[in-house]
Amino acid sequence: MEAPLRLVVANPLDRLARTLEALLVVASAPLSLEELCAATEEEQERVETALGLLAERYGEGRSGIVLEHVAGGWAFRASRDAAEACARLFERPVQRGISQAAMETLAIVAYLGPCTRPEIARIRGVAADSAVAGLVERGLIAEAGRGPDGSGGAVRYRVTPLFERVFGLESLSQLPRLDDLGDDVDAIRERLHAVAAQRTA
Amino acid sequence: MIVRELELDLDAFEGPFDLLLTLVLKEELDLVDVDVAGIVLRFVERLAEYRRMKEAAGWLRERLGGEGDRFFRLGLAPLAPQPERKLAPQDPDGLAQVLRLLAVAPPEVSLSHMTLHFPPVVQFLERFRALLRRRSVFDFDQEMEGSTRQEQAVAFLALLELRRANQITISQPAPFAPIRIARMEESGATDERTTAWKLRSA
Repeated sequence: MEAPLRLVVANPLDRLARTLEALLVVASAPLSLEELCAATEEEQERVETALGLLAERYGEGRSGIVLEHVAGGWAFRASRDAAEACARLFERPVQRGISQAAMETLAIVAYLGPCTRPEIARIRGVAADSAVAGLVERGLIAEAGRGPDGSGGAVRYRVTPLFERVFGLESLSQLPRLDDLGDDVDAIRERLHAVAAQRTA
Repeated sequence: MIVRELELDLDAFEGPFDLLLTLVLKEELDLVDVDVAGIVLRFVERLAEYRRMKEAAGWLRERLGGEGDRFFRLGLAPLAPQPERKLAPQDPDGLAQVLRLLAVAPPEVSLSHMTLHFPPVVQFLERFRALLRRRSVFDFDQEMEGSTRQEQAVAFLALLELRRANQITISQPAPFAPIRIARMEESGATDERTTAWKLRSA
């Protein structure tokens, strides 16, 4: 008599990893841990372990598809080795160069956002309308409601998840701290105080 | 960085830098009263803020240069599934009962109220003639009280018939006032009354 056919039962964690793989392939934006847990109906810890398995499998130099933690979630992208081939067929998310004005505006929105156009203009000293419009069109910044009543209810802007993805940031906390960039205000203030003290003395 | 737009909040002055400059030049504000160090500090702060953002922009540009070969899927996210609407527990017998109720033919709607019954005009002609034999004058409204609209309409036709035969006069002092019917005398007054009727009806 023939023995009944026995199915090979996959390792449950491996099965979860495959499900995550499927979800990430369908997604067109990074999926957060919460979203992945909700879709798989699994514990966060197990999803994280399975993501670790996937990250190993889909690592740079190992696979044409690379799993990355970006913009507060998990997403697949093409490996860097394949970038040249990709460029022949597809446009990069930010294909055209970003002007200096637009880059400064982007920096202000990334660091100080949500902020309004008048606030951007105040820092840069010139109107920010066209730079803001261009960045909105590229999808790097988006409207984020209106300012408090005191600001005249101007539209506020913030950077989008696409911004984080294009710049390869896990989150905005990966931006360098601004304090590291300019300490001279304090130095000048101290010198002025010193001069004032000398005069009154 | 535009210096003249620099907002100042000093002891002696509050407003943009170019206004301060105008006031000083017009000698409306003594330069001694103005906290020059405060202005310098404010200006340096603004300059530093801008410089920080410029450096941040430089960092972003460098980052973009390094990450320029990132290719990933872009597009609309697939639609989220619609939440499933859960039905309350159903009782098949109850459903059948309701369906049975629906299958019963509805009661026929009566149209009887839509059919108008007009009594013959002759009936009212005789009634009014009899009345006028007893009385020379009567009020139409009073006489017809309690009758249906159709009866009133037919009765009015009867009045017109009597009027045409010069047997009565009809008068009404004002619109919607009671209509008064009077027996026509056999004398010459007839002409006069007829004229009055004609004038009124005109």
